[in-house]
Amino acid sequence: MVDYSYTLLIPLIPFVFFLLIGLTGHKMKPIVSGLIGTIGLGIVAILSYVTAIRYFFTDHVAGTGFKSLKALEVTWLHLTDKLTINLGILLDPISVMMLVVITTVSLMVHIYSIGYMKGERGYHRFFAFLSLFSFSMLGLVLATNIFQMYMFWELVGVSSFLLIGFYYEKPSAVAASKKAFIVTRFADLGFLIGILMLSFNTGTFDFQILTSSTGPAILHAGGAAFMGLSVLTWSLIFIFMGGAGKSAMFPLHIWLPDAMEGPTPVSALIHAATMVVAGVYLVARLFPVYALGAPDALTVVAWVGGFSSLFAAIIACTQTDIKRVLAYSTMSQIGYMMLALGVSGYGGHDGLGFMASNFHLFTHAMFKALLFLGAGAVIHAVHSNDMTDMGSLRKYLPITHLTFLIACITIAGVPPFSGFFSKDEIMVAAWHHNKILFGIEFLVAGLTAFYMFRLYYSIFWGKQTHYHHKPHEAPFVMTIPLMILAFGAMFAGFLPFHALVTSDGLPFEAHIDWSIAIPSVLVGLVGIAIATIMYMKVSVIPDNVAHAFGKTYRWAYRKFYMDEVYLFVTKKIIFKLISDPVAWFDRHIVDGFMNLIARVVEKTSYLIKGLQSGRLQQYGFVFVTGAIALVLLFVYLW
Amino acid sequence: MTGTIPLQYFLIISTLMFFIGIYGFLTRKNLITMLMSIELILNSVNINFVAFNRYLYPQNLQGHFFTLIIIAIAAAEAAVAIAIIINIYRNFRSIDVDRVDEMKF
Repeated sequence: MVDYSYTLLIPLIPFVFFLLIGLTGHKMKPIVSGLIGTIGLGIVAILSYVTAIRYFFTDHVAGTGFKSLKALEVTWLHLTDKLTINLGILLDPISVMMLVVITTVSLMVHIYSIGYMKGERGYHRFFAFLSLFSFSMLGLVLATNIFQMYMFWELVGVSSFLLIGFYYEKPSAVAASKKAFIVTRFADLGFLIGILMLSFNTGTFDFQILTSSTGPAILHAGGAAFMGLSVLTWSLIFIFMGGAGKSAMFPLHIWLPDAMEGPTPVSALIHAATMVVAGVYLVARLFPVYALGAPDALTVVAWVGGFSSLFAAIIACTQTDIKRVLAYSTMSQIGYMMLALGVSGYGGHDGLGFMASNFHLFTHAMFKALLFLGAGAVIHAVHSNDMTDMGSLRKYLPITHLTFLIACITIAGVPPFSGFFSKDEIMVAAWHHNKILFGIEFLVAGLTAFYMFRLYYSIFWGKQTHYHHKPHEAPFVMTIPLMILAFGAMFAGFLPFHALVTSDGLPFEAHIDWSIAIPSVLVGLVGIAIATIMYMKVSVIPDNVAHAFGKTYRWAYRKFYMDEVYLFVTKKIIFKLISDPVAWFDRHIVDGFMNLIARVVEKTSYLIKGLQSGRLQQYGFVFVTGAIALVLLFVYLW
Repeated sequence: MTGTIPLQYFLIISTLMFFIGIYGFLTRKNLITMLMSIELILNSVNINFVAFNRYLYPQNLQGHFFTLIIIAIAAAEAAVAIAIIINIYRNFRSIDVDRVDEMKF
């Protein structure tokens, strides 16, 4: 058993740096705080790579599967013998993979932010929060038990809140951060209920025990039933609800587009590459329980994922704010990941969906972060988020243009870039499980290619916009991460995920199924072609198409009125029927009781204050009367 | 001498004097008159002490001693009280007890 206890440093270093930068950052020059944060993440990234190489290659005995191992564990709360909460570090293929993803993207975002956030007033606060987020996310993926994961889950939510509301003087940013936190918190209610149900019925929080095929979860999968589904299924569905909130699945997705109010590096780190995949990671972490104990829950996962990806893809075709297009694209891609998990079986080739989901998570992190950072460079150059203010930027931003194009080709699933490989695996898994889900994903692949290239052409080709001042390419410190991520996006597809990250730890043979791959590449190319015709040069075709779609276009542009629905439910129903009576009770009855007590005391004191009149003879009178009374009392009644 | 006036007559006198003194203290407006009432109370107590000493314990002298002490104390107290009254007059320009009621709620 090799010693991995140094992995404690991986979440610990960002936490220490958060405290350091947070408490002393204002005393140093801004760039120093940025460099400190970056160096911290750099150290953590190196440690993660070392761990990954050791876990997957050097320490791995060829022929055996990958086992999950606990690097360390301490008992945190020992309430009773049955209820103990530990804290520890769990290393298994998906958590080590996530380490690599999180630290790489976080490091890129740190380097990028040194240039992007230059001149901002809260520079050091930004880097402190970035470190806090990195700590929270790393703790989440390294959790040994579901309760520890829940703790870090909430911490990630808090970090997201702090970072979305970074420009706290802007009302829209404050509203967006509030919305994100409340929606995810509401989803976490479901998560907590699921945790309680699961741990109550199995007697443990620990992942290794829960996911073992001889453990209490899967052995007693039959269990008591409620409305046709076992208790285990219900608890897993509730847990998925928490994951759905964090991963912006329908209908808990409303916070993600608004979360674009945060600075663009934040969008790249949190809302593209790491935090939003926490839900996918959660299902993956509990995957044996899902697959072996509650396949019905997996059906829910698959359909929610499929629907969300289609929903988001349709909306993304109509949006004009470039960050919102990317936000809906993220929602759509995460739908892919959820669907891949949902159609997966367990063990060997059946676990193709599981492998594909994690593979897509990996490649998506690269190209989505690249897209967001590129969008940030564009926004930095043009000082606007709206694609109608942009056009023909390829002349001014060559590096951004090239890396953005690489990312768009990747997301469209064109070989040999990485997106093709991961998406193809998902398609194959879906085809073998449910043809309708495959059909949905096939359509979404075409739509993805279309709206991504619509975005690309609107920014870099299209009309020749007259800019107030000439847009300049981003500084070197901002383009370096773009280039590194582009490199990853291009070549990550060649990683042998089928040998490394699988549902049961054992490698299996995977090959490209060309009968599925070729159609999906073709539908991607068709999407690109349509976008080229419509958007590469200025033309009236987009407007004509929008008119032709009429009501559908308007509904898609309005995001299917989901925000309005939510506002209606909260304002007219919850506020009016529940909050107002409760507020009335609090103000009039609880406060009223306190006021009553105060008034009674006041009246009583008013009545007896006459005793202290300052008049000497009254005092004398009271004194004599009292003395006589006492004398009578003692002489006659005692 | 003990057969002629019963003890109770002395006690009645001293009780009456006591309560007349209390009445005067509680009712008079003038501070000096109030002082005179206090003296009346003290003197009534003196009569009480002397009568009890003479009739019950003729051979002891504690009652007489205590009376002497009370007389001395009454004199000292009268001096202090007059000093206070003079200060009150200097501040309030009046020795009406109803005017000296500032220490109230």
